[in-house]
Amino acid sequence: MSAHPSRPASDAPVLSVRDLRIEFPLGIVVDGSSFDIARGQTMGLVGESGSGKSMTSLAIMGLLPKEATTTGSARFHGDELLHRSDASMRRTRGDQIAMIFQDPLSSLNPYYTVGFQIAEAYRAHKGGTKAAAMRKAAEAMDRVRIPDAAGRVGHYPHQFSGGMRQRVMIAMALVCEPDLIIGDEPTTALDVTVQAQILDLLAEVQEMTQAAMLFITHDLAVVSQISDHVTVMRFGQTVEQGTAEQIFSNPGNDYTKALLAATPRLDDVVDLPEPILTKGGR
Amino acid sequence: MAIYLVKRLFAALIIMLLVVFFTFVIFFQLSPDPAASICGQTCTPERIEAIRDQLGLNEPFFTQFFTFLAAIFVGRDYGSGASVVHCNAPCIGYSFQTNQDVLQGIVDRLPVSVTIAVGAAVLWLLSGVAAGVISAVKEGTWWDKGAMMFALAGISLPNYFVALVLQYLLVVQLQWLPFPTVVPFTDSPVQWFQAYLMPWMVLALMYASMYARLTRTNVIDTMGENFMRTARAKGLGRSAVLIRHGLRPSLTPIVTLLGVDFATLLGGALITETVFGLNGVGRYAYDAIAVNDQPVIMGVTLVAAFAVIIANIVVDLLYRVLDPRVRVSTS
Repeated sequence: MSAHPSRPASDAPVLSVRDLRIEFPLGIVVDGSSFDIARGQTMGLVGESGSGKSMTSLAIMGLLPKEATTTGSARFHGDELLHRSDASMRRTRGDQIAMIFQDPLSSLNPYYTVGFQIAEAYRAHKGGTKAAAMRKAAEAMDRVRIPDAAGRVGHYPHQFSGGMRQRVMIAMALVCEPDLIIGDEPTTALDVTVQAQILDLLAEVQEMTQAAMLFITHDLAVVSQISDHVTVMRFGQTVEQGTAEQIFSNPGNDYTKALLAATPRLDDVVDLPEPILTKGGR
Repeated sequence: MAIYLVKRLFAALIIMLLVVFFTFVIFFQLSPDPAASICGQTCTPERIEAIRDQLGLNEPFFTQFFTFLAAIFVGRDYGSGASVVHCNAPCIGYSFQTNQDVLQGIVDRLPVSVTIAVGAAVLWLLSGVAAGVISAVKEGTWWDKGAMMFALAGISLPNYFVALVLQYLLVVQLQWLPFPTVVPFTDSPVQWFQAYLMPWMVLALMYASMYARLTRTNVIDTMGENFMRTARAKGLGRSAVLIRHGLRPSLTPIVTLLGVDFATLLGGALITETVFGLNGVGRYAYDAIAVNDQPVIMGVTLVAAFAVIIANIVVDLLYRVLDPRVRVSTS
């Protein structure tokens, strides 16, 4: 599937984050985050808002605001991503590492057709004619099961439903066949039935492309469906890490337990620990 | 699309009618007796009465109003017998002080006002938008602060002040420009250009200042949009992100403003035209105000209102081309 010849042996993690620390003038937002994601695997990054999960993803993409300072390392196929020039990061962004954002309506430019916006991502990295890129866009839309993809490339974002818009975002992420896909709450803004469809689609896409995936969410139910490994973050710190099975069947940390308790389940049991009140009312 | 246009034109017609009605009330009913100002110094009550008769001022209000409206479509005769004065359709009034059809008077002077408006619009659009975009990109820097201070001054300083300062500096002190005399473009393009340059600059300064501030705000707002983050996440270069994704949403609202501002200037840049001695529509109105020539004042008001209404329709149609969301939701 992939066209990146320089890829190391498959055992090496696609993304390896070590002691990542992100500091803003007003304080530390991520304090020593470490995790690996292998090919075809999904890491679920869980935590409430303000826990630093989105900042972690922006650091990997090189999209942090200027006033942020980072230390530690984030290696992609062994190459350091932090502190790279914007020009060099730009070649990686959208090509080898793609990102899917939370709110697909505001994340798409209302003035351009979805086909144009997907094709633009393709042309930025692979070049070629506009017509060829448009065909790639239609292919990508077809792959994410947008009905009549060839006909809908010329439509504008507001002409799609919420779920279809998120499929457009996923098509945009897929068009260059990246090795790492970062989903920053990609299902949060969608209603529950659409959420399930999008999760299925993401799982399917990953199966197909064998891309590594970093899946950021505050929703443990979502994480349980999609992740192989889970990292739980709180106030910038990693409170627990393990395989999805470990975390869900045998959480070691009180905060994780509280998060789990806050997740409504059909087989709800009575003696789960009380939720911990969060600091400062966040 | 056709239905939309018909609806808009129908609405425009109603607005026009209202404008005509209110201007008519203000100028013919609430103002000093027009007959008296036509009559002049050697006036007798009999003569005033005769003029009132000739102008139809003794008719009931609504008869006068409908006569005025009808004149727009079929023309009108003032008075009767040997002293009859005919005003061709579309007739929006006749000035007995200049003995001229008001519409003709406006049409004669329109080229000057159009020249002023076009030149100034080009100048203010280019400089205002450019300054606004640069300020937004360099937000918080000295460039930004300086440009916005300058823009604030540009908005605050009255036109006539800027005009006089500019004349003093460029013509009297530095002598970069000769004293402006209007000549037709075909006679001497250079002299023509020199005559219009200062009026353009004066008007452009004020509008460019407003456009720079608006553009800056729009661009800064757009930069914070989620789709800008998406554009960067795709790996687009800085200029592609700014120009392709940032400017289109930021500049679309400017179009609305430009249409209306431009149309307003077609109704005459009263102060600027007067200061620089240009005989445009604004100057026509200024002269009419000085001698209380009501048909002219009213005619200019109507034409100016008409221009703004038409410009609004044009802008709305243009918007449907520029903003895909509008295109779909109203068709």
